[in-house]
Amino acid sequence: MSAILNGNPTLTSKDFATDQEVRWCPGCGDYSILAQVQKIMPLMGVPKEDIVIISGIGCSSRFPYYMNTYGMHSIHGRATAVASGLKATRPELSVWIVTGDGDSLSIGGNHTIHLLRRNLDVNIMLFNNQIYGLTKGQYSPTSEEHKITKSTPFGSIDHPFNPLALALGADATFIARSMDRDPKHLQAMLTRSHQHKGTSFLEIYQNCNIFNDGAFEIFTEKGSKLDEALFIEQGKPMVFGKNQNKGIKLDGFKPVVVELGDGVTHDDLWIHDETDFYKAQLLVRMFDDPRIVGHFPRPFGVFYQTQRACYEDVMEMQIQEAIALKGKGNLDKLLRGNEVWEIV
Amino acid sequence: MDTKEILLQDVVIKFAGDSGDGMQLTGQQFTNNTAMLGIDLATFPDFPAEIRAPQGTVPGVSGFQVHFSSAKVYTPGDSCDVLVAMNAAALKVNLKGLKPAGKIIVNIDGFDAKNLRLANYPEGVHPLEDGSLDSYEVIKMDVTKMTREALKEFPELGMKEKDRAKNMFVLGFIYWMYNRTLDNTINFLTEKFGKKDVILQSNIKVLKAGYHYGDTTETFSARYKVAKAKLPPGKYRSIMGNQALSYGLVAASQKSGLPLFLGSYPITPASDILHDLSKYKTFGVRTFQAEDEIAAITSAIGASYGGSIGITTTSGPGMALKAEAMGLAVMMEIPLLIINVQRGGPSTGLPTKTEQSDLLQAYYGRNGECPMPVIASSTPSDCFSAVYEAVRIAVQHMTPVIFLSDGYIANGAEPWKFPTSADLPEIKVEFIQEKNSGDKFLPYLRDEKLVRPWAIPGTPDLENRVGGLEKQDVTGNVSYDADNHQHMVKTRQAKVDMIANYIPEQTLDSGPATGKVLVLGWGSTYGVIKSSVLELQAQGHAVSHAHLRYIRPFPMNLGEILRNFDTVLIPEINNGQLIKIIRDQYFVDAKGYNKIMGIPITKMELVDEIKKFI
Ligand code: SF4
Repeated sequence: MSAILNGNPTLTSKDFATDQEVRWCPGCGDYSILAQVQKIMPLMGVPKEDIVIISGIGCSSRFPYYMNTYGMHSIHGRATAVASGLKATRPELSVWIVTGDGDSLSIGGNHTIHLLRRNLDVNIMLFNNQIYGLTKGQYSPTSEEHKITKSTPFGSIDHPFNPLALALGADATFIARSMDRDPKHLQAMLTRSHQHKGTSFLEIYQNCNIFNDGAFEIFTEKGSKLDEALFIEQGKPMVFGKNQNKGIKLDGFKPVVVELGDGVTHDDLWIHDETDFYKAQLLVRMFDDPRIVGHFPRPFGVFYQTQRACYEDVMEMQIQEAIALKGKGNLDKLLRGNEVWEIV
Repeated sequence: MDTKEILLQDVVIKFAGDSGDGMQLTGQQFTNNTAMLGIDLATFPDFPAEIRAPQGTVPGVSGFQVHFSSAKVYTPGDSCDVLVAMNAAALKVNLKGLKPAGKIIVNIDGFDAKNLRLANYPEGVHPLEDGSLDSYEVIKMDVTKMTREALKEFPELGMKEKDRAKNMFVLGFIYWMYNRTLDNTINFLTEKFGKKDVILQSNIKVLKAGYHYGDTTETFSARYKVAKAKLPPGKYRSIMGNQALSYGLVAASQKSGLPLFLGSYPITPASDILHDLSKYKTFGVRTFQAEDEIAAITSAIGASYGGSIGITTTSGPGMALKAEAMGLAVMMEIPLLIINVQRGGPSTGLPTKTEQSDLLQAYYGRNGECPMPVIASSTPSDCFSAVYEAVRIAVQHMTPVIFLSDGYIANGAEPWKFPTSADLPEIKVEFIQEKNSGDKFLPYLRDEKLVRPWAIPGTPDLENRVGGLEKQDVTGNVSYDADNHQHMVKTRQAKVDMIANYIPEQTLDSGPATGKVLVLGWGSTYGVIKSSVLELQAQGHAVSHAHLRYIRPFPMNLGEILRNFDTVLIPEINNGQLIKIIRDQYFVDAKGYNKIMGIPITKMELVDEIKKFI
């Protein structure tokens, strides 16, 4: 959580608010996410006019209307593709995608994975509430099995996506998880997303208090948070528990929960390394259903980060190389071609 | 024996063979060679949807028809004078398109028992031996054998590689027959194979062998010549439809100063535009091969939003997938160009066959009241200026525009009197830089054309939000207000209708301003309508021709023109689409003529049809 921003001090979070009335349900987790984004943006050092927020469809996708930046509320599932076209042509802009679990993993799943492999330098904020809010309560691709919803009165028979594993499978260069109820952590993760060069994939657990209230309560509420949420930090041992008394140890390729003390020390624990691709595969799989006895705590933080060339930069490079080699295109030459005849 | 030289006015050659025989390349080479001599021409490639349909079979036949003449050419010709048949299947498929007493050049190696069987000739039937071709002039050559013979000194080439040069033998022979030189093809081969010397030398060797075969074989007593056409003076080149489209887009980008972004998903017959544009990096062109049709258009919307000319290219099924995104662009009122190179439908339909399949889709195929301008090109070279216009309308009227071409135009070639960049009209576009209402920026404040300002990200003080929800006029805020929705639907319609004030009036392509029959067309029926109408006029009939480039909105005076004729006849390669719109908008009892076979209407068919009304 060493994210430090020291950008334009003349802007405040108020400068990022619009005159539009915010229309989420009272108590919705989206409010907190909006507040944290408005907090970190003045500190990014990016002029307001250079920030673009693009969303798809769903509750979360109303986000751009409440941000006094450039914004587009596009169509269902396509924010990632719109953002790709914008970033490819305007690499200097700071482009943010606001999307939900239905928007980016169901109807827009295809564009999400393709954006990740292309690695354009944009930031995805995936508001995961494990439900369809705007259409009033059907199960989503991240809803747990057997979930009773309007469209699954006998329980859902869909196996849910593990969003971070999916992102890693698509060769994402930055994946992280945070939650609406932990403003400090969320600010830090948003900052890290912004600082990452390449597509950042930030999953944010967001409570939909109308249709799926308490879906993440076990990770976010005081009573259980310390035992159920594992906050991972670069170079630090994986410690959790009410009294910071538990840890994760790697037994070969297998993570195991251990009690600290009795000869077990921090030195025995898994030391988190964001750059370790192989261990990231294990970490994203710590995704047990918390209803299962003996389940792992759920990790929060930056799981993995790496550097890979960004699509828009290579695109620009190809153009510059071609121009350096052959000079700027000459329209008359193009129209004339190689085989011309004249009629007099 | 001396060969005599015979002067001809008009020749149609069809090159036909297996799809692996290289007939498209042979046809294109002959076309370029012809064009360079100032002879007028039109071409029609006709190939199977499968890359390599089973070899030797009827579905695997690939053809290329070229019509060249010292008079003006408008179509690739109803039927051919010369048929080159590389195998039995090619003969079987194309014989019905050969004129009576026409010439057939056959590769006898393609008529062995196996090939006859693959072409579904009944057991024991051999078209080259049973006298069934007696009314034609049949020239038999063992192309395979002579090609191998010519390549004796190339031991490094395997038999398969040698046989691949067969088409060069035929091309060389045809060059001899029509008194041509080999230069352009040798240049082409050098450019293509320059780095692979053996392949280059072997192809040239076979090309020359074909040529000398004509020269040294005593069987051929005549060579033919077609004189230069009387085209308007100027500099010409040969151009194909998709190529002209790409050039038009690059030209529009250069003249407007707007960067060009193409989001596209490969689809026949539009992919060549993607291939072409991806070469033009020195013009700053950005091409994005998207993961699907929807990402193709939405990425283009993102690019337009950022101040580029966002373009997406597709064909019918792809345009269907883009429908929702087109609605977004209509709602956001930003420039965008959707290019549909039409093919036979519905569904996957006939991917490589032509059809004017999607006019109604272009007009109506979206949810809600969703008007968009529609522009159509009529010939390969016309794609250049038509698409240039489409870009102009998109960026000056802040609207997505649909551009319709089709497979016949896309792959057809013709001579083009190309413009210089100085000849091209300017495309003036400005991004708004400052607040437009005191201390406020109102993103939907309109000008006299009902056009809203183009405010691109990066412009200070103009931060605003757009999207697919209904907008309050002027402020651009989300609005569910009843009166506002009615007002906005009417306004978006009026904005598109008003474009009629900014396009040229409709003119008659030929014929008197009033008369018995007006043949009204759009798109690729141009050539056949033109030549049919000219023929009937020459016979003294009061027939006229009008061809539409602007289909939505129509030119202001179109209604007036239509009412000056007893009959309006609308030939289309579909089940009657323009006719529905014309009847709807002008209450004209237009008559349709519809051919839906995946191939163009012939002149003979259309002349007969027009005669019914005169
Ligand atoms: S339905 Fe749920 S997600 Fe949507 S605004 Fe209400 S609380 Fe938030």
